[in-house]
Amino acid sequence: MSIKVVEGKNIVRDYHVGGGLFRAQRTVHAVKGVSFTVDKGKTLAIVGESGCGKSTLARIITLIDPATSGELFIDGNKVDIAKGGLTKEMRRKVQIVFQNPYGSLNPRQKIGDVLGEPLLINTDKPAAERRDLAMKMLKKVGLGHEHYNRYPHMFSGGQRQRIAIARALMLNPSLLVLDEPVSALDLSVQAQVLNLLADLQDEFQLTYVFISHDLSVVRYIADDVMVMYFGEAVEYGSRDEVFADPKHSYTRTLFAATPRADVASIKTRLAKKKAA
Amino acid sequence: MALLDIQNLVVEFQTASGSFRAVDGVSLHVDEREVLAIVGESGSGKSVSMLAVMGLLPWTATVTADRMSFNGRDLLKLSPAERRKIVGKDMSMIFQEPMASLNPCFTVGFQIEEVLRFHMGMDRAPRRERAIELLTQVGIADPEERLSSFPHQMSGGQCQRVMIAIAIACNPKLLIADEPTTALDVTIQKQILDLLVSLQAKYGMGLIMITHNMGVVAETADRVIVQYKGRKMEEADVLSLFESPKSNYTRALLSALPENAVGDRLPTVSDMLFEPAPSGAAA
Repeated sequence: MSIKVVEGKNIVRDYHVGGGLFRAQRTVHAVKGVSFTVDKGKTLAIVGESGCGKSTLARIITLIDPATSGELFIDGNKVDIAKGGLTKEMRRKVQIVFQNPYGSLNPRQKIGDVLGEPLLINTDKPAAERRDLAMKMLKKVGLGHEHYNRYPHMFSGGQRQRIAIARALMLNPSLLVLDEPVSALDLSVQAQVLNLLADLQDEFQLTYVFISHDLSVVRYIADDVMVMYFGEAVEYGSRDEVFADPKHSYTRTLFAATPRADVASIKTRLAKKKAA
Repeated sequence: MALLDIQNLVVEFQTASGSFRAVDGVSLHVDEREVLAIVGESGSGKSVSMLAVMGLLPWTATVTADRMSFNGRDLLKLSPAERRKIVGKDMSMIFQEPMASLNPCFTVGFQIEEVLRFHMGMDRAPRRERAIELLTQVGIADPEERLSSFPHQMSGGQCQRVMIAIAIACNPKLLIADEPTTALDVTIQKQILDLLVSLQAKYGMGLIMITHNMGVVAETADRVIVQYKGRKMEEADVLSLFESPKSNYTRALLSALPENAVGDRLPTVSDMLFEPAPSGAAA
């Protein structure tokens, strides 16, 4: 029996921009009616190019931004932050990891404080307990106790992304939104972080919403895939369905554009070049 | 004879905590009409070695090499003024961040024509004509209108096209592309790569493609150099690199590609790199 952790029904987000003295106000439809569900312990990947609304959708799911219309359910409860505000309990349940680990950590905050802060704000745990939990979490994400008192600039990109993941996990969320978590990382570090995410998912039964534009990563990590194009979900289905038989022309364009690193495609390219 | 020939290039930076060796004895050569890819992670010295060739490193860097010649001229013996005549003309470079590498204060037309004025000494009217021709070549619609656009009025892909237009303005013999598509979407990446390869074939340029993306290597390169921590790990033509990588590092890099995943965990580079005899890696 699968449990729905997050469900969106016809989510719409409009932004109103402009509207100066000489210019009429304009409405940007960033997300135009997207529906999805993610079951516990599964990963939904959202794919699309910049400006397609995938990060807006991520912000809505993370309860940072309210949706203009549509319904969002988290663990079966309807959430509307525009009306009802946000309880600490809801904040605990959903956490986000951002793309750029160089920008998402406060350079003047020690790692221990980075990890302790969610607990400080959302719980009334005493300092000693916060410290213990932070230490444990450092171990979980493959860092050590000696890193507790260091500053973000002392870490590499991959380590920082581990810290960002650790911070997101401090409140035991049930849903983790990952907004391009590996696109700023090198190939080998990317592999380590993806492995870490897979390990954590197994251990805590985490649910991921994984935002990416890299199809090879998506193919590796996702259970379900949604392809967005200009604010619409043009394709939504299980990974195997989408990759085996893409229905929408944009999805096919996307697949065709992804560089292929296998021997067969190199051979065809070289043969073509010789013929030309 | 090779277009660019480098023997035993060493680049060291003077830092507060002593000198740091970013490039450690790299040798490479590029022929005319050849696409060479240099692959490596951040910190592998792939950009630094090319910046050394262009002479664009800060004064804290010390560049030494047994030989560094371009088109028959010794780059090590050139005075800065002489080098400026070559750089941007016979040898030019495209950078990673198209938005950041164009000057936000000037129109793209001005920035393209600046190269033509400086290197070719062309007059106003032919400059403008050539700039329009270049923008057409790199696939920008309405080139005449676009000449008076500022960089912020264009998308990332368009900015990168403008950068390419500037780089090929003087028909260079060698084009160095430093992660030209890293900041771009896959669909735009494909267009830019196709553009670069077609221009390279059309003008018979040598092209050095610096990248960390194995897919980009597979799609463009003739020959590949793999670098790690400032050292050259492997050099091979593209097919044999992917078919039968010789160094452990290359093997590790290839198996860390998500599309090559077997099972539900990816092998990581550190898993593989130091397990078998490291002598293989040094070869």
